[in-house]
Amino acid sequence: MAYSNKVLDHYNNPRNVGSLDKSDPNVGTGMVGAPECGDVMKLQVKVNPETGVIEDAKFKTFGCGSAIASSSLATEWLRGKTVDEALEIKNTDIVNELSLPPVKIHCSVLAEDAIKAAIGDYKKKAASKNQSVGVNA
Amino acid sequence: MKLPIYMDNHATTRVDPRVFEAMRPYFGDTFGNAASRNHSFGWEAEEAVEKARKQIASIIGATNKEIVFTSGATESNNLAIKGVAEMYAEKGNHIITAATEHKAVLDTCKRLEKDGVRVTYLPVQQNGLIDMDQLREAITDKTILITIMYANNEIGVLQPIAEIGKLAKQRGVLFHTDATQAVGKVPVNVIADNVDLMSISAHKMYGPKGVGALYVRRRSPRVQLTAQIDGGGHERGMRSGTLNVPGIVGLGEACALSQAGLAEESKRMEYLRDKLKDRLLASLDECYINGTMEHRLPNNLNISFAYVEGESLLMGINDIAVSSGSACTSATLEPSYVLKALGAGDDLAHSSIRFGLGRFNTEEEVDYVAEKVIDVVKKLRELSPLYEMHKEGIDLTKVQWTAH
Repeated sequence: MAYSNKVLDHYNNPRNVGSLDKSDPNVGTGMVGAPECGDVMKLQVKVNPETGVIEDAKFKTFGCGSAIASSSLATEWLRGKTVDEALEIKNTDIVNELSLPPVKIHCSVLAEDAIKAAIGDYKKKAASKNQSVGVNA
Repeated sequence: MKLPIYMDNHATTRVDPRVFEAMRPYFGDTFGNAASRNHSFGWEAEEAVEKARKQIASIIGATNKEIVFTSGATESNNLAIKGVAEMYAEKGNHIITAATEHKAVLDTCKRLEKDGVRVTYLPVQQNGLIDMDQLREAITDKTILITIMYANNEIGVLQPIAEIGKLAKQRGVLFHTDATQAVGKVPVNVIADNVDLMSISAHKMYGPKGVGALYVRRRSPRVQLTAQIDGGGHERGMRSGTLNVPGIVGLGEACALSQAGLAEESKRMEYLRDKLKDRLLASLDECYINGTMEHRLPNNLNISFAYVEGESLLMGINDIAVSSGSACTSATLEPSYVLKALGAGDDLAHSSIRFGLGRFNTEEEVDYVAEKVIDVVKKLRELSPLYEMHKEGIDLTKVQWTAH
């Protein structure tokens, strides 16, 4: 299979590889996929609680080149967006940007799921923080 | 050293230049039809075919009349299995094979199942070999054929062919073996191993594509087959169709060369293969060799690099031609059924790479491949959330994954 230049670029120079502190209340972590399916994506966002803007995003991916590229691209797009803007990223945007062939569409779906899981995790943390603040007050 | 490096010799091999030279005249002046009985063009072609028949018979310990030419091992497997099922239908309707066979055997058996033949698919042990006790128990008075491959095309393990042959003979069951990967790589003898039918392919042993042979035993027992291709009655009626004279000459020459150099070449393959294995294992943790090293082709290495997905690894070593059991590299989007049959788990199937060494690989190439694979695996593990979790001491089998 021939890979698009953009997939190759992300594969050869993955952006924002790494991990953020899972226990940080401002960090949301999403882990999607399964080893036996051949892809697992971990995507993390660090959100400024004042502005709701994603200040940092990191990923680690076990998967094919298209899965790596999809998650690498996702972290690029996430940085600087608000959490609500981030939820608007669609898998089809990733498909178009990376020119993914039909057999690789599931990689983009997984990336969208990872974004949603990471944001969801952050929102849950933020809600429980607010709640506990409320109780203490 | 020239790039890319070809190390996928279980898929196909380069035609040996000596084989090509032997074939060349038969594309030129010596173009006759081997079935033409009344002029020199035909006679010369027939002579070339008969010489090849002897060369092929010689490498497997058969006689020349026991060789039937085909278009390759897929056709040989089809002819052997369907031909026996049809010919011996009155005797019984049960066939025994194994889960790790090539699709040319498995899908042929599946086709026969639709016609009412009963097929037993033996599982394999974790080392890739069938369990002889299970085979023994699977045989019934309706069993007409055991078809078990000689060497596996993915993991290179050598099935206990001599034991199977002995058992089959004792029980009066015919024994077919797909020896596509074995002939020319390890010593093969149909008499010593009590093999009744054997499939052979030219392009896996430095011969041309599109030509193969089926060994059909003529004596004790005399095996009969129902032809699957009808026509002019070539090959003693078992396989009609004008003989592919240049291809057959190529197959013959490939056999002669492989037979003459077998001991030396297999020693060299084993040295190179073990060097590759030792270097990879010395530099990388969490590598798993698929299939036993004890009973194995000298040129095969199949390793799972845990926590790294196979296709992404192939992408990183794109100047090296190898194969992966990863689903992402297969048309079916399923990971290798052979590795799954070993019970290794789908995750390790996704992480596997098959190295197939061959006659034209050099030690320099092996060194380059080892370095490159080590580099890329390390890089991809830096990217792998699974490797990170493993390093944190998390048991990945206990994690609740969101399967998709």
